[in-house]
Amino acid sequence: MDRFKILKSDEGEACGPGCGCSSGEPVAPEIPAEDREPSGAPALSLDAVREKLEGARGRRYWKSLQELAETPGFREMLEREFPQGATEWLAAEDGGVSRRRFLQLSSASMALAGLTACTRQPLEQIVPYVKQPEQIVPGRPQFYATSFSMGGYAQGVLAESHEGRPTKIEGNPDHPANPGGGTDLFAQASVLQLYDPDRSTTLTYLDQIRTWTDFKRELAPQIQAWRSIQGEGLRILTPTVTSPTLAAQREALLKDLPKARWHQYEPVGREEVRAGAERAFGEPVEVRYELAGADVIVALDSDFLTQGPGSVRHAHQWAERRRAGAGAASATGDADGADPQAMNRLYVLESTPTNTGASADHRLALAPSKIAGFALALAAELGVGGADASGIDFGEQADEANRWVKAVADDLRSRNGRCVVIPGDSAPAAVHVLAHAINQALGAAGSTVVYTETVAAAPVDQVQSLRELVDDMKSGAVDALFIFGANPVFDAPVDLDFANAMGGAKLRVHLGLYKDETAAYCQWHLPMAHYLESWTDARSQDGTASVVQPLIDPLYKGHTPHDLVALLAARNNVTAYQLVREHWQSHLGGDFERAWRRVLHDGVIPNTAFEPKSVTAGGVAQAAAEVTELVAGPSDEAGMELSLRPDPTLWDGSLANNAWLQELPKPATRTAWDNAVLMSPATGRKMKVYEIKPELVHERPMVRVTVDDQSVEMPVWVVPGHADDCVTVHFGFGRQRAGKVGNGVGFDVYPLRTTDGMWTNRAQIERIRRTYPMATTQDHHSMEGRNLVRTGTVAAYEADPEMIHAMDHESDEVSFYPGFEYDGYAWGLAVDLNACTGCNACVIACQAENNIPVVGKEQVIKGREMHWIRIDRYFEGPTEDVITGYYHQPVMCQQCEQAPCEPVCPVGATVHSSEGLNDMVYNRCVGTRYCSNNCPYKVRRFNFLKYTDHTIEVEKMVRNPDVTVRMRGVMEKCTYCVQRISHARIDAKVAGERGRGDGKIHDGDVRTACQQACPSHALIFGDINDPTSEVARRKAEPLNYSLLGELGTRPRTTYLAKLRNPNPQLEPAQQTGGTEHGSH
Amino acid sequence: MAVIDKGGQYPPPVIIGEHDHGSVTDKITHAVFGRTPKWWFGVMAVAFSIVMMMLVSISWLLAKGVGVWGLNVPVAWGFAIINFVWWIGIGHAGTLISAILLLFRQDWRTSINRFAEAMTLFAVACAGLFPLLHLGRPWLFFWLFPYPNTMSVWPQFRSPLIWDVFAVSTYGTVSLIFWYVGLVPDLATMRDRARAKFARRIYGILSLGWRGSARHWQNYESVYLLLAGLATPLVLSVHTVVSFDFAVSQVPGWHTTIFPPYFVAGAIYSGFAMVLTLVIPIRALFKLHDFITERHLQAMGKVMLATGLIVGYGYMVELFTTWYSGNEFEWFMSANRATGPYWPQWWMLIACNLVLVQLLWFKKLRSSPVLLFIVSIIVNIGMWLERYVIVVTSLHRDYLPSSWDMYAGTFWDWSLFIGTIGFFLALMFLFIRLLPMISMFEVRSLVPGRKVQEPPTFQEEVAHE
Repeated sequence: MDRFKILKSDEGEACGPGCGCSSGEPVAPEIPAEDREPSGAPALSLDAVREKLEGARGRRYWKSLQELAETPGFREMLEREFPQGATEWLAAEDGGVSRRRFLQLSSASMALAGLTACTRQPLEQIVPYVKQPEQIVPGRPQFYATSFSMGGYAQGVLAESHEGRPTKIEGNPDHPANPGGGTDLFAQASVLQLYDPDRSTTLTYLDQIRTWTDFKRELAPQIQAWRSIQGEGLRILTPTVTSPTLAAQREALLKDLPKARWHQYEPVGREEVRAGAERAFGEPVEVRYELAGADVIVALDSDFLTQGPGSVRHAHQWAERRRAGAGAASATGDADGADPQAMNRLYVLESTPTNTGASADHRLALAPSKIAGFALALAAELGVGGADASGIDFGEQADEANRWVKAVADDLRSRNGRCVVIPGDSAPAAVHVLAHAINQALGAAGSTVVYTETVAAAPVDQVQSLRELVDDMKSGAVDALFIFGANPVFDAPVDLDFANAMGGAKLRVHLGLYKDETAAYCQWHLPMAHYLESWTDARSQDGTASVVQPLIDPLYKGHTPHDLVALLAARNNVTAYQLVREHWQSHLGGDFERAWRRVLHDGVIPNTAFEPKSVTAGGVAQAAAEVTELVAGPSDEAGMELSLRPDPTLWDGSLANNAWLQELPKPATRTAWDNAVLMSPATGRKMKVYEIKPELVHERPMVRVTVDDQSVEMPVWVVPGHADDCVTVHFGFGRQRAGKVGNGVGFDVYPLRTTDGMWTNRAQIERIRRTYPMATTQDHHSMEGRNLVRTGTVAAYEADPEMIHAMDHESDEVSFYPGFEYDGYAWGLAVDLNACTGCNACVIACQAENNIPVVGKEQVIKGREMHWIRIDRYFEGPTEDVITGYYHQPVMCQQCEQAPCEPVCPVGATVHSSEGLNDMVYNRCVGTRYCSNNCPYKVRRFNFLKYTDHTIEVEKMVRNPDVTVRMRGVMEKCTYCVQRISHARIDAKVAGERGRGDGKIHDGDVRTACQQACPSHALIFGDINDPTSEVARRKAEPLNYSLLGELGTRPRTTYLAKLRNPNPQLEPAQQTGGTEHGSH
Repeated sequence: MAVIDKGGQYPPPVIIGEHDHGSVTDKITHAVFGRTPKWWFGVMAVAFSIVMMMLVSISWLLAKGVGVWGLNVPVAWGFAIINFVWWIGIGHAGTLISAILLLFRQDWRTSINRFAEAMTLFAVACAGLFPLLHLGRPWLFFWLFPYPNTMSVWPQFRSPLIWDVFAVSTYGTVSLIFWYVGLVPDLATMRDRARAKFARRIYGILSLGWRGSARHWQNYESVYLLLAGLATPLVLSVHTVVSFDFAVSQVPGWHTTIFPPYFVAGAIYSGFAMVLTLVIPIRALFKLHDFITERHLQAMGKVMLATGLIVGYGYMVELFTTWYSGNEFEWFMSANRATGPYWPQWWMLIACNLVLVQLLWFKKLRSSPVLLFIVSIIVNIGMWLERYVIVVTSLHRDYLPSSWDMYAGTFWDWSLFIGTIGFFLALMFLFIRLLPMISMFEVRSLVPGRKVQEPPTFQEEVAHE
C-alpha cells in the first residue's frame, strides 16, 4: 500500500480530485508559466479566498474549498511561505476580526493545511521492491567510487551507501592520489556536510522562495541579450577550476561570449606556487613531489604531509620510508648505497608547529622571513648560480641557522638526485624559485620532483583576477555577477572590500551549499548540490581525472555549476550527467558504454595522468634580491611578523558548519572550537600574556592584533615550538552566516589579510585586559618523564635493537591462573608511531563510522569530548623554550587482556569476548563510570548528557546503521570496529559455504575505520593468532611496546616506537634514544 | 584510674541531678508532648526549604543527566561518591555506640544511643540517595540486585559496587531493626502517656503490644543482645567494603591496602563528630544536661581523639608506602596532593583532621561544649575534604598526562549535597518531636536507687555487728 492510499483513507474528505491523490500522478500538475509570475502578485489573495468562502455553509463549504483548490492561483498562494494579506487580517475593516470570522478562517486554515500537505507531498513509494534492484541487499552497504576535491585537487574515494544513504567516505586505493586507500580528514568529514540541516534548501530571490523555472525564465531574456553583445558585462566567479568538463564548458562559453570574464579565487590559493613556477620556468607548471625516492627531504614552511594537494600521497610515500623496524639501514650509511628501504631524513623549518614538524628528524623554528633567508643561504651553500646570501642575517638564531645551512647542504649534496626541497604553499614566490633552482642543481628534477602541466585549467593570478573584478564592479562595468561555490564576501582580502564593491554589479547570483555571507549580498541564491549529489569530474595532482558520481538525489534540488554554465551558454535542458559523459566520450572512445561503466566502477579515468615536462629553472638572482630584502624586513615599528594560515580543521572557513571539524582538536595546540594567536612561550612572557593557573587553564588572555586600520581582538595560545617574535593566526573562524554550528565561533581574521599580505603580514599586537574561555582536550604538554611515547635514533636502534625495552618496567607475567586460550581469532592492533603524522583523519573516520556525537565547546571545556580515538601530543625538550621534538600518539581502547574496566563493572556491561575484544554492552550499562576511573588509558567516553540529537531528521541519515546510537548515561568506547569484524565473518562464512574460500577471515579482510583512513598506514589491525598476518609480524619487531605495560593490563593495542634518523652533524652520535623521553 | 578532680568526681557521672524514674520519663517525654518550641519551627522551616532545594536538584538531575554535575573524564566520580562515603561514615557512630558499647557494657552509651542510632538511619538514607542518583541511568538501579530474571543475567559479583549494595542495604536494614527493637519499651511508655487519641493509636501499633511483663523483658534483652552482636561486625564491614570501591581499583591514590582500617577509623571519627555536632545544641535547647553530661562529651571526645590519631596514622602510612614503593605514579600522586592544583584542599584536610584534633588531648578543652562543638564541625569538614582529596586528586592526574583535567562541583553538585544536609536535619528534628530521643527505660536504669537493695548476706551482717 502506498502512502497516498493511507492519506486518502484518512483525509479523503479533505482531498478532492484536484489534489491528485487518488490518481497517483506526480502531485502538482505543471502550472503554465504565465500563471506563475515570480515577482507579480499571485492570482489569488487571502481576501479572495475569504470572499469565495463567504456565505458558504456545511457541505457547500467543503465543496467550494475543493473547487478553490483546483485553481492555479490558489496553488501559487499555497507555495508562498507567507500568504500575501496575512497582515491585513489584523486590520480588518470593522476594527479587528470578528469571532465568527476568526472561526471561519481558522477552520479554513485547518482544511487548507491538509491540502497543503497533500499537494506538496512528493510521491513516496513505501511498497517493497517489486523488482529487486540489482545487488541491493538490505543491511549490506554498497560502495561507489567517486572523488572528493579540496582546492580543486581530487582524492579518489569510495562512498559507503546504506540503502541509498551515503554514510562514510573511504579512500579509493586504485586512485593515484590515495595510495593505500587513505584519505585526509576533510574527505572523511565531507559526508556530514551532505546532511547538514543548515544547508540552503530553497532557491530564493530577495529571500522570497522561487523555483528553478522562475529563475530560468527570469534569466532567459538576459541570456539572449548577452549573446548579441558577446557577453559584455557578464562575470563569473568560481574557485580554481580543475574539473575538465567545467573547464571545457568555460572555454566554450568564453568563445561564445568573448567579452564575458571568468574569475577564479581560492582563499587558500596556490598563488605563490604558481608564480614561483612561472618565474622559474617561464610557464606555470605543476610541481609534484615523489617522495618514494627521497632520502633527504627539506621542508621550508611546508606542511606537505597533511595539507595541500598530494598530502595523502606524500604521507604515504614518506611513511613507506620510515618503517625501520624491519631492520633497514639508516640513510646515513655510505653515500651511494642507495637502499630504497633505508629510512629517509626529514628536515623541517617552520614558524608554527605542524604535523610535518612533528614528523621531522630535525626541526628548526624560524620566523617565515628567516625561512626565506634560509632557502637563499642553502642555495648559496649548494652553489646555485646567482644565489648570493651575503645579505642574509639570521639575527639571534644566526649560529644555529648557519650550522643548519652547512649540515643540510652537505646532506643534500651527498644524496644527489635522491633528495628534495619542498617550499610551502604559503612561502613567497621567490622561495619557490630558489627551491626549484636547488632541486635542479641537486638533480632532483625528474626523480623526486616532477613537472607537468597545471591541474588548474586556466591558472591565473587569482588575487589580481579578483582585483580586476572588484574594479569592474566599482566602475559599473558588471551587469551580472555569478558566483559559484565561492564566498568572497567572507574570505576575499580585506583591502578589496568585496562586499561593498558588489553593489556595483546589477544582477548578483549565488550558487552555494549555504546561504552564506556572499548569498546575503546577492539577489538570487541557488542551493548547490553537494559533491555526493552531483555529476562532475575532477583531477588529482598528477593530472589523473576521475568522475564524481552522485550517491543520492539532491536533497534540496541543488544544482551544480555545470547546470548554471550550461544555462548561460543557452544550452537548456542539458544535465550535468550528459555534460560529463559528453566530455569523456571522445577520450574513452571505442565501446563508450563499457568504458564508462569501468570508469564509474574504478573511479579513475585511465590514461589521464599528465606527462612529465622538461623545464629549466632560472630567475635566481632576482629571487635572491627579493629574499635579501625580505629578511632585512621593515623596522620593528612596523610590527611583529604575522603568519596567516588556513585552519588545520576548518580550512578556509567553508567547512565551519561541520561540527566534526569544529570539535576536532587542532594539531600542536589540541584546541577545538576556536582560533587564537599562537606564539612561543618566550614571546608570550615578553608580552605578558603567559600566565596560566591550572585551575583556570581555559581562561586565556587576549590581545588586539592590528594590521593597517583593521584590528581583531582574540585570545592568545602559547605553544611550545613556535618561532620566537612572530605569531600565527588561522583563518576560517568567525563566520556570521555559516549555520548554527559555525556562526560566531572563533574570530574572523580575514580582516588582517590584505592583497599584498596574503600569508604574512606585519601586525601590531597589544595586550588587552580581558580573558576568553578556550576549549582544549589536552592542556598538559609534558610526559612527566613517563615512558609513553618511546623514541630513539636509528643508529642506537641498530646498535641495540632491544633498546626500547630497556625503558620497560614490565616484569615477567606472573599469575596463579592459566591464561585464556584463544583458539580462533585474536584481534590486535599495532600503532606505528614512526609513520603517524598526527593528521587526525582517523579521528574523523572513527566518528563517522561509530556514530560518535559532537558535544560542543562548553562540554569540551568540561572535559567531556567523545572521540573514541584521540591523538595525544607531547612536547620534549629541556625547557619549554627549547623543544627538541614533539610527538603524536593515537590512543584508542587498548583492548587489554587483563582489562581493569571489566571486573569493576557491577552489571557486567563490559566483558571480554572469545576473540580478545573488550566488548561494551550499551544496553546493559547503568552508568556507574567505575570502568572509566579504572581505565589507565582514559579511553572510555561517557554520555554525561543527551549528546545525540534525535530530533533533526536529516542528521539521522548520516548514522551508520551497524552501530548503536548511544543514549544518555551510557559508557562507550572503541571496539576495534566490531561491526566490521562481524561483516567480515559473515562474508567469509557465506563465501565458504558457497565453496569460495575456507570460510575464514584472512589478513586484510577487516580494516578498522581508523586504519582505513590512515594515509600513512600507521595503524595495522588483524589477527595476532595468525603468525603470517601483518599485525603479528609488526608486533614481533623489537620496537613493539605496550603503553603502561608495567600495569600488567597486557593491551592488545601496542605501539611501535618512534625512531629518528638524525644527522650526526647536527646531533652528536653519543646521544641515544634510551633516555630521550625527557620533559620540561 | 579514678582521679578526684577539683570540680568533682572523675569520671563525671553519667547522670546528674535528683532524678527518679518518674522525673526521667517526664523530662524525656516532655520533648515530645510539650508545646512545640518556637525555635523548632524556625529550624524546620530552614531544613524544609533545603529539602525542597534538594528535590529541585534531583528533578533537574533526572531530567538532564549527570552532566549537570562537574564530572568529566578523567574525574568520573565526584560529589556523589564523596557525599556517599561521607554520609555512610557519619552513619557509623550510631551502631558503634549502641552495639559495640553495649557489648562492652559502657553505661554512658544509654543517654545517647537512641539519638545516635536515629542519626545513623538518617545518614544512611542520605547516603543511599547518592549511589542511585550517581548512575547514568538511575532508573535501572535494580540491575545491581541479584534477582531472578528472564534473561538469566546476574550482576557481576567481582565488582566492589555490588558488595556495596549488599553492605549498605544490610547495614541499613539491621540498623533500622536494631533501632526499632530498642524503641519498643519506650513506645509503650509513649502510648501510655499520650493524651491524643491518634497518637495513642499510632504509638500503640508501633509498641507491638508491649506490656512490660518479665517475659517481654527477657525476650527483649536476648533479641537486643543478639542484634548488637549482629550489628557489631557490620560497623567494621560497611566502611571496609566502601573502601574497596577505591582499594580494588588500580588508580594511584586509591589502590592501597591501608584503606579498609583507615576508612573504618575515619568513619567512626566523623560519626562521633556528627553526634557531637547534633547533641551539643540539642542538649542546650532541651536542657538535657542531666542526662547528657560532661561524661558523655568527654568520652566522645576521647573516641574522636583515638580515631583521629588512627586516621592520621593512615595518612602517614599512605605517604610512606608511596615513597617506599618507588612507584613513579604513586609518588607523583602524593606530591601532587600536597603541591598540585588541589593543595589547599589537602592542607586543609591535614589541618582539620590531624592538627586541630590534638586539642582534645586537654581535658579542659575536652569538657568545654562550645569548643567540642567547634572541633566537631571542623572534623566534619575535614572528613568531607578527605573524601574529596581521595576521589578528585587521585583521578584528575593519573597515568597519561594527556588526559589530565580539573574538576569542580557545580551549583547542582552543591545544591544536592546541601540538600541532603537539610534532609538529614529535617528528619532529625522530626524525630526529636515524635519519638523519645533518649532511651527512657535505659536511663531509668541508671538513676540512683535503680537497683533493688539486696538483703545483706550473712557474713555482712555478722561483720556489721
